[in-house]
Amino acid sequence: MSEEVSVATNSLPPRLPKSYNIESKPHKFCPGCGHGSVLRAIAESIDELGIQDRTVYGCDIGCSLLSWDFFAVDSVQAHHGRTTPVITGIKRANPNVIGIAYMGDGGGYAIGSQHLVNAANRNERITVFLVNNTNYGMTGGQMAPTTLPGQKTETSPYGRDIEQTGQPFLGPEMVAAVTGEGAYVARGTTSNFIQLKKFVKRAIENQVNGKGFSFVEVLAGCPTNWRTDAKDTWGRIENDMANYFKVGELKVPAKEE
Amino acid sequence: MAEKPIQGEKRVFMTGNEVIAWATVAAQADVMYGYPITPQNEIMHYWTRLAPKYGKTFLQTEDELSAGFTTIGGVLAGRKCFTATAGPGNTLMQEPFSMAEMMRIPIVAIIQQRGGPSTATVIYSQQEVTLTTFGGNGEGHRIVYSPSNHQELFDYTIKSFNTAWKYRFPTFLLGDGYQAKMREPLVMYDPEERGIELIKPEVSLGNGMEKGHYNHLRNTFNTEEELYEIIMSMQEEYERIAPEIIEYQEYNCDDDLDVLIIAHGVVSRAAQEAVSKLRDEGYKVGHFRPITLRPFPEQELRATAQRAKKLLFVESAYGQMAKLVKEALFGLQLEAETLYRPGVGITSDEVIEKVKAISQQ
Repeated sequence: MSEEVSVATNSLPPRLPKSYNIESKPHKFCPGCGHGSVLRAIAESIDELGIQDRTVYGCDIGCSLLSWDFFAVDSVQAHHGRTTPVITGIKRANPNVIGIAYMGDGGGYAIGSQHLVNAANRNERITVFLVNNTNYGMTGGQMAPTTLPGQKTETSPYGRDIEQTGQPFLGPEMVAAVTGEGAYVARGTTSNFIQLKKFVKRAIENQVNGKGFSFVEVLAGCPTNWRTDAKDTWGRIENDMANYFKVGELKVPAKEE
Repeated sequence: MAEKPIQGEKRVFMTGNEVIAWATVAAQADVMYGYPITPQNEIMHYWTRLAPKYGKTFLQTEDELSAGFTTIGGVLAGRKCFTATAGPGNTLMQEPFSMAEMMRIPIVAIIQQRGGPSTATVIYSQQEVTLTTFGGNGEGHRIVYSPSNHQELFDYTIKSFNTAWKYRFPTFLLGDGYQAKMREPLVMYDPEERGIELIKPEVSLGNGMEKGHYNHLRNTFNTEEELYEIIMSMQEEYERIAPEIIEYQEYNCDDDLDVLIIAHGVVSRAAQEAVSKLRDEGYKVGHFRPITLRPFPEQELRATAQRAKKLLFVESAYGQMAKLVKEALFGLQLEAETLYRPGVGITSDEVIEKVKAISQQ
């Protein structure tokens, strides 16, 4: 072996967004987790929109909690399901703030669903990002509202029986139905970062423009709890999930003349 | 924008809920977040009428969880925000209150106690003492004022905002349905004109690098030791500031007493009336009233209680205030009688009757 060379002197520094909190990198998510991609898309959008000093980022409990110090922006970690009202309270008290609420499918569609529905219905000028990985990751892989039919989890060990537990939750479709004019609603996927980034940025920009509630659900993998390798993880996101959860923009505010 | 809501001193005759709405405006609160529940509704009704005139706002949330958490958000944004609730709403709000407790978020909450447990009555009780002082999964690091008349509703609502923002512990004004709904005379005033300095709120989130750094606020910790350090330092600070916050009143407690009546809130009025009538008849009776239920006036009560032959705990609950009292008096050899009427009002005649019965023993 030749003499050891440190990575730092032997490679270019990684190009990280300005709004990354470098002290908390590398991030704390499992290898193969989808959160990293979503958070990167948020950071790049904050940089591009020049709103670092106006942004307040709120994260939920669940794996999303691990992003509490991810960004170099004012941040707060709330209770499980309660990020939407915390960010709503901040935005209402100081409308100059760009408020971002970040949560998982359990936080948004189960314990915090009343907050999501009502914030959407009031067309709160906030942006909500919800990561859908079809299970509760942090607590060890239980069934979520988004768990696919037949999917095995710790609380549906024989596969999700939709007769007993209902259909996987279609969040963006619901949000699109209850929001008013000016709302932005989309579903992106970590398997298409370029498109995801576009949706994420539009969802923040929509708030900057003061138009209405902005919501993006993101399909993401959870290889640790899915017990899948790289190929199967990707396959599940691109095929099984995308077949059920249709990717694309569901509601876009009308362009001003 | 209109000028100050109250100029000079204004003598008025109004309900407690209306008094509180005026007091929050006088205290320069910015936003109220609330959810309808009796008997606090009129605080929202009056606030929504007053607020727009003074550049203030209101949001009716989807439930009490949301009202509590939006209040937290508004406070983090550096605005004076408050909420009001009662009964089952208070139960739900223990979740946001515990977050405020852990993160030292200076929210103000008005609690108008109603009957409990469960939905019970919309009328009156003193059954939310335990919940308001020690609710949530924490150590009760809160400040709780128990006012007894409309002048105090006004004074202590204003004081609640100052206490919250000065010490950064969630602060509660613990009223009840009687105080909420009855009409009484009082003097309203602008606190600054009276020389009361209103503590300016501080921005925690939303002003970026203006404060020199980005805040990363959390209530989740990785290790037992990390949490232990935080709770212990919070406890230490709570004990350090407690003497500055503690308030109480004594009525005819100067000499040795046959009976010392301990009561708080609106029930204190029955106790005061009873003491005054019993004194006229020659009974050696006094009354101790904690104004702060958290922190509790322990030393003050211990000193007075030791001069009494017998204590009498009077409350519209089955011993919730008495638990705080017994904790404060721990270790003293004292005898006590009780007049507990959960969810029901207490008259001075009932107190008098009880004191006379004790005296004949």
